[in-house]
Amino acid sequence: MPEIRFKQTILECIMATEQDKLLEEVTNREYQYGFHTDIEMDMLPKGLDEEVIKEISRRKKEPEFMLEFRLEAYRNWLKMESPDWAHLKIPPIDFQDMIYYAAPKKKPQLESMDEVDPELRATFDKLGIPLDEQKVLAGVAVDAIIDSVSVKTTFRETLAEKGIIFCSISEAIQEYPDLVKKHLGSVVPPGDNFFAALNSAVFSDGSFVFIPKGVRCPMELSSYFRINAMNTGQFERTLIVAEDDSYVSYLEGCTAPMRDENQLHAAVVEIVALDRAEVKYSTVQNWYPGDKNGKGGIFNFVTKRGICKGDYSKISWTQVETGSAITWKYPSCVLMGDHTVGEFYSVALTNNYQQADTGTKMIHLGKNTRSLIVSKGISAGFSQNSYRGLVKVSKRAENARNFSQCDSLLLGDKCGAHTFPYLEINNNSAKVEHEATTSKIGEDQIFYCNQRGIDTENAVGLIVNGYVKEVINQLPMEFAVEAQKLLQISLEGSVG
Amino acid sequence: MVKIAEQDTSLLNLFNESRSLIEKDSSPLVNQWRTKAEEAFKQLGIPSNKVEAYKYTNLQPWFKAQYAYSFSENGYQGKIDEIFKCDVESMESHTVFMVNGKFIPGSNGNVLPQGVVIGSFSELAKKHSLIIEKYYSKIAPVTEDGMVALNTMFANDGIFIHVPAGKVVEKPIQIVNILTGEKDLMVNQRNLIVIEENAQARVLFCDHTLTQSRFVINSVTEAQIDATANLDFYNIQNQHNGTIQVGGYYFNQEKQSVLNANYFTLHTGIARNNIFARLGGEHAENHISGLYLIDKNQHVDNFSYINHAVPDCESNELFKGVMDDASTGAFTGRILVAKDAQRTNAYQSNNNLLLTENAKMNTRPQLEIYADDVKCSHGATVGQLDDNALFYLRARGISKEEANILLRFAFAYEVIEKIQMPELKEQIRELVEKRFRGELDKCDSCVVCGQVDKNAMRCV
Repeated sequence: MPEIRFKQTILECIMATEQDKLLEEVTNREYQYGFHTDIEMDMLPKGLDEEVIKEISRRKKEPEFMLEFRLEAYRNWLKMESPDWAHLKIPPIDFQDMIYYAAPKKKPQLESMDEVDPELRATFDKLGIPLDEQKVLAGVAVDAIIDSVSVKTTFRETLAEKGIIFCSISEAIQEYPDLVKKHLGSVVPPGDNFFAALNSAVFSDGSFVFIPKGVRCPMELSSYFRINAMNTGQFERTLIVAEDDSYVSYLEGCTAPMRDENQLHAAVVEIVALDRAEVKYSTVQNWYPGDKNGKGGIFNFVTKRGICKGDYSKISWTQVETGSAITWKYPSCVLMGDHTVGEFYSVALTNNYQQADTGTKMIHLGKNTRSLIVSKGISAGFSQNSYRGLVKVSKRAENARNFSQCDSLLLGDKCGAHTFPYLEINNNSAKVEHEATTSKIGEDQIFYCNQRGIDTENAVGLIVNGYVKEVINQLPMEFAVEAQKLLQISLEGSVG
Repeated sequence: MVKIAEQDTSLLNLFNESRSLIEKDSSPLVNQWRTKAEEAFKQLGIPSNKVEAYKYTNLQPWFKAQYAYSFSENGYQGKIDEIFKCDVESMESHTVFMVNGKFIPGSNGNVLPQGVVIGSFSELAKKHSLIIEKYYSKIAPVTEDGMVALNTMFANDGIFIHVPAGKVVEKPIQIVNILTGEKDLMVNQRNLIVIEENAQARVLFCDHTLTQSRFVINSVTEAQIDATANLDFYNIQNQHNGTIQVGGYYFNQEKQSVLNANYFTLHTGIARNNIFARLGGEHAENHISGLYLIDKNQHVDNFSYINHAVPDCESNELFKGVMDDASTGAFTGRILVAKDAQRTNAYQSNNNLLLTENAKMNTRPQLEIYADDVKCSHGATVGQLDDNALFYLRARGISKEEANILLRFAFAYEVIEKIQMPELKEQIRELVEKRFRGELDKCDSCVVCGQVDKNAMRCV
């Protein structure tokens, strides 16, 4: 397996040699981040029933309300059917043939880096997660998750000084049960949809962020997710609560080991923004997309939703989706307070036999609410890429404003690009606009680059990067660099 | 086994009880489709809003009531064309009538070009078995939409138009669809239009209601437009609030053919237009537009599906709506560009004005594209009149009301402009202006059709 660095510190990112490295890395056509760590696992047998859920809850030493929450979700889930309305071909998933709980055996009560399992540390090194002191300079606090249980959390002290809570959700359940009880499931209820219900029933871990009143989080919070054990579906649960006048920027990025078997990833992210709070949530998603023939790959069925509960609050989603065999994901904003703002910036790239059905929902409930949707789809190879979005203006949402821009870029004549916007307007003071275009890279553009000594493959990379710039610009800088690299790598071999 | 809904069962029972009556006057070629349609209907049923295509129009409640059904008679005694003089002023046309879905010949004496056939579907289907065999139920598939299946089960009469190769029908063919009767009524009308190679025709459908009874009309129109042929198609809906109309319009275009289709919904109860156009030959093009001006509790849902099956075709779509009072509008525009349908140009636009806080609009402009060398775009807007434009007019001494009317009219005129017949364009223009001025509250004794005689039967 090639050892490639995934994450770089900011210092490296801004070095002039960046361009050369990009070129070098681009020549590596296989999925780079496929490595597998052997860690002793403590896991439950395959299958799912109420006993399994009780066992998960017992092992995690959860309070009673959590067990009830899980069981309610499970009972809801039993009554539901897997959604089939998306423009996706999903092979049948056997939910009984999956392990719902897996945790590294060593208990994560560690004081220094030396105590961390060396295998695990090697994994972190490959990922380049900054665990040591130097990383303070990079300004990144990392809550690293390897299969379900949070092993090590850095910078907690720094954050704790400001009253910010950033920990794993299981820890939060133990230590801040009232906060969790109040907000968990308030945005995505246990019976919301098939995959959200499943997640609510069996979620093993995830992150919890709480920003108290008037606090501006001084650093980007980030967490890495990895699917690591065979046959383990990952069910993360993230909850972010931003109190009045607070601000936080949260980063989520992921890579996964190369696998032939399809793996299910059904995460739930909930965001609550109170008066004048602002939450920025950025994702770079690079799960294993399957090989060139569409074999294997991750199923990424994610429910992400934020609620602008307080007046003048703002939630902004930015996502760069390059991985996964199937992506089913609609980060949404419920604009409940007056003068609230929802934003959605997305780049979805599909290659080979990948399928993506992604978009957003903007639900305007309060007065003078605004939303912006910028979606850039890129399809190559035999892939299918769909934008599906809903803009809903309720009857009482006076002066709502929405603008949606959905562009699709087609690279190759065997792929598909689709747009399915839904505009439901129940108030006459609303101004809602949607526009979409579909096109391919112009021959004149390629010719222009060729003339200047840039070969076709690099020209495509250049044009694609220009095309997605509007979205990439929304990402924190180091993520932006990573995202650009990912796009180039993912497009490899798509230009014939 | 799919659970069959109550209203579906009663329709199936009605079908089985009266099958012999329905089949008596029909061509065997039409009858042979009924069993297949019945099978499909058992699966599909009357669509509810759970069916994605009918998300914004739930038809099921409207089929729960009891309706009279007339299989052989049109239920209307008398000579319709003597009292209902329906022609656009100064426009000469070949006019025929359909009363409650049954054909009645007109008597305007205009002579059709040789070989051109316009008449009753049930009669002509028996004579022109080759055409029926080739096109009937081939353009509108029974297995995809419960409403088409229902129509194909009960299909009995309608209009049949055949324009042979090279013939040009200069004067428009006007079909006046009239619904009348004392009882609540259900009608399944089936139309077939075949325009052969290099032929041209203009077809105008006017839909009216004459009595206050509740009408459910489920019509299916199949139109074949052969190579280099040209069809101008107009549909003007002017029906009372108790009308539930589901109109399926299925067009199949061969190479280099041109289709202009325009839908004007001026007054209705619940209207659902299903417009399917398949561009099946290279260099074919179509221009489909619609205008819906609705108020009170009216509901209009335009659903269009443009299928670019082959390369080098072009489609243009423009739908505009003005929603007043508590009316609801819906639009779905799907453009499908098939694999290898390269060099496709497809444009679609849907603009809406909401005039009151109770009016609603749901729009879904959708693109489904499987080819890369294409130029496709769609746009949708929902909003109000531009404040700057209003200010501009007011600053020039135009009253608020007048400025509003002017801007609304300008908004609507973009669609009216697409009408190719000058007389009709003028008629619609006047009508729309009156409508915006509040002078035309509802179907005003068929102004559309130039009905002026005060003693004549009035459209309600």
